[in-house]
Amino acid sequence: MNATPNATTTIVRHSGAYALDNYLTSGQGVKSWLLTTDHKRIGILYLWTILVFFLIAAVAAALMRIELLTPAGDLVTSETYNKLFTIHGVLMVWFFLIPSIPTVLGNFVIPMMIGARDVAFPRLNLFSWYLFVAAGALALWSLIHGGVDTGWTFYTPYSTTYANSHVISMAAGIFVAGFSSIITGINFIVTIHKMRAPGLRWFRLPLFIWALYATSLILVLATPVLAITLALMSVERLWGVGIFDPKLGGDPILFQHLFWFYSHPAVYIMILPGMGVISELITCFSRKRVFGYAWVGCSSMAIAVLGFVVWGHHMFVSSQSIYAGMIFSLLSFLVAVPSGIKVFNWTATLYKGSITFQTPMLYALGFIGLFTIGGLTGLCVATLAVDVHVHDTYFVIAHFHYIMVGGMVMAFMGGLHYWWPKITGRLYPEFWGKLAAMITFIGFNLTFFPQFLLGYLGMPRRYHAYPPEFQMLNVLSSAGASILGVGYMLPLIYFLWSLKRGRVAGPNPWRATGLEWQTGSPPPVHNFEGTPIVTASPYMYDAEADRELHMANA
Amino acid sequence: MDKFRLIPPQASTSAHQIDWLFIALVAIMLFFLISVFFPITWFAIKYRRGSNANRSNPSHGSNLIEISWTTLPVVLSVALFSWGAVAYYHIERPPPNALEVQIVGKQWMWKLQHAEGKREINELHVPLGQAVALTMTSQDVIHSFFVPAFRVKQDVVPGKYTSEWFKATQLGEYHIFCSQYCGTEHSGMIGRVVVMEPVAYQRWLTTGEAGESIVVSGRRLFLDRGCSGCHALNSKFHAPLLEGLFNKPVPLSNGETVKADQQFLRDSILLPGKQIAAGYDNIMPSYTGQLSEEEIMQLIAYLKSIADNRSPPPP
Repeated sequence: MNATPNATTTIVRHSGAYALDNYLTSGQGVKSWLLTTDHKRIGILYLWTILVFFLIAAVAAALMRIELLTPAGDLVTSETYNKLFTIHGVLMVWFFLIPSIPTVLGNFVIPMMIGARDVAFPRLNLFSWYLFVAAGALALWSLIHGGVDTGWTFYTPYSTTYANSHVISMAAGIFVAGFSSIITGINFIVTIHKMRAPGLRWFRLPLFIWALYATSLILVLATPVLAITLALMSVERLWGVGIFDPKLGGDPILFQHLFWFYSHPAVYIMILPGMGVISELITCFSRKRVFGYAWVGCSSMAIAVLGFVVWGHHMFVSSQSIYAGMIFSLLSFLVAVPSGIKVFNWTATLYKGSITFQTPMLYALGFIGLFTIGGLTGLCVATLAVDVHVHDTYFVIAHFHYIMVGGMVMAFMGGLHYWWPKITGRLYPEFWGKLAAMITFIGFNLTFFPQFLLGYLGMPRRYHAYPPEFQMLNVLSSAGASILGVGYMLPLIYFLWSLKRGRVAGPNPWRATGLEWQTGSPPPVHNFEGTPIVTASPYMYDAEADRELHMANA
Repeated sequence: MDKFRLIPPQASTSAHQIDWLFIALVAIMLFFLISVFFPITWFAIKYRRGSNANRSNPSHGSNLIEISWTTLPVVLSVALFSWGAVAYYHIERPPPNALEVQIVGKQWMWKLQHAEGKREINELHVPLGQAVALTMTSQDVIHSFFVPAFRVKQDVVPGKYTSEWFKATQLGEYHIFCSQYCGTEHSGMIGRVVVMEPVAYQRWLTTGEAGESIVVSGRRLFLDRGCSGCHALNSKFHAPLLEGLFNKPVPLSNGETVKADQQFLRDSILLPGKQIAAGYDNIMPSYTGQLSEEEIMQLIAYLKSIADNRSPPPP
């Protein structure tokens, strides 16, 4: 039944039923989950945790979009509105986007993709989840006790001297979440270096692994700077030590340098794993080996490196030297090139493929479309003179949502649908999956495209009330958001439904060639019955053979 | 105001410059979008599963293709960067002899004063066709002075002077937005620019409470607050004379040389011990907390006014 050449492994194959002896059945009860060191179970713990934060942050976004239906600030007070966008930003960035693909899909599939039994440090892996939960608890504590109103960027001296909200506890939450990130990053780096199956050379690694390797490097190298920055901010706020506030002899621009030195690479922490997922999906659903494997893999590393030297493009109007601005602008243009390389190679991969349009593929194609728009509008904000006009307007909001939501969340949803049969042993309903993917795509564009127009017209971000001429586009955006909301709610419902009622998937419903598909669904506790031996590239797809198979079945 | 538009009013010289650059960017974005979307759509149809398309000899990579689709974006990037950088250089550096307006931002209002002395709150009247340079600082958090119709924006940073300039090309009223989040009433920190005929502007300057010019205020402060007690020829203290100082190099006691620009003068008034002019002692008291941001700007305007003539102007 499997017509693709299966040159990757020598392991025993399963018969195609629900694997009864698996990581889910190996232990029962809450304790078996809370004390698990199985990377697969930890991935699921993360999935539930980030879902909670996603929902809270999404509610905050929904309230903002409702508020912005009218020019006057009439639904909530300005203070509440400012807290809403802060909550939305903080939770989405640190408690959803950054952990999403690495901790859920990465945890679940990295060891399986490289033929390992687990990550290098399973107990550390569990510890990092506990740290993440503690961090989330701190964030929720701040939220329940009145929230924070600094924006997710915590710019000084507002955050240190003027803000009247729970800045310290929120910063502490992010600080702790950072350590969870660092530990996960170290774990992945060591796992990828030391635990690869025999024969799995670096250039035989799936591109998802390359992407997560690059991501982990950034996590480990950039996150400490965030920790230092937040610690310095807290020291100034708590004890009045002059670091950033000019009234105390500090320099507020220094904070921005430190903050963006982390937060720009963090953009790549968020998008690189998504790119990794897309490489897996495009190849599988076009039955093609990826075009330009080495170029796609190495472009992840190039992005990781270049991503560290472009932070000043967030500061073109901050009063940073105009010559520094020029250097950062040029480097920002160059960091777009490796992203372009990926998009071109994915496109070329489709050539002479045998393409099907199941849900994961729809998300992957959606990703390419939206990420391309997000990336190209990045050129506008990298262009110095144009950024002067659009900086801190809705143009920037639209740009980074095309990357973060249109890109990263689409990739996360695509990956989740793709690996859902592996994770649960059951298929989600394909019709509803496709429908949700299309609703998400339409809703997304309706929500965020008008924001490009709003931004060029001059509507600043973080505005609770706005002049009436901006109303029409805001109404459009809010209407789109309600459609987007439906697109996100549907999978929540049918994923839960599929846990019990979904069709049994079998070990490899997509006839994919990755190692993770060469074992039962759900996988056994130790992933493989024997150590796989790898003899070929990860994408041994053959479109011609797939066509013949299709003809034979028709 | 309710007419639907895609771009804001083009009311300054930079507006045209930036819009053209933006249009070029949109063209390049469309080029890349089409060169990605068209093949994807085409391949998705032609190579859908079950189609009869020829799939023999698929290619898995080609360094020639990779190098070409790496090089083309690099070349376009450098071209766009250069265009953007040249325009940025232009909009970041005020021309000489621009009209001067001083702005102090605070939570949540703009306080403005024209060189001639006229003050405004949240409004800025400017003449048509004349370059206007804003010197800005904040007395609390960071703000940003954004006029979409002029395509100019600059953060207004406490402890620091930043500048922004424009030359209005169209009569009318335009939005001023604070675009850097500054706290609770951030979205209420808005105002308007009124572009007037130069004659009307001159008349406006002298109506109402015109007050004294910034330089005269600065000179008065210089005398009243005791600056002139030391910084004078006949002073019994050894303090530098300030006539002809502005924008000239100043040797410091630590061997460095700095330019006596606005930032240096501001720091010397508030933190006199930070940079000591060579040959002088650290005897000047700090004026932190004794002068408002507006007063410091007035003092600096006065020092600037005596940059060329070596004797102070008559009061």
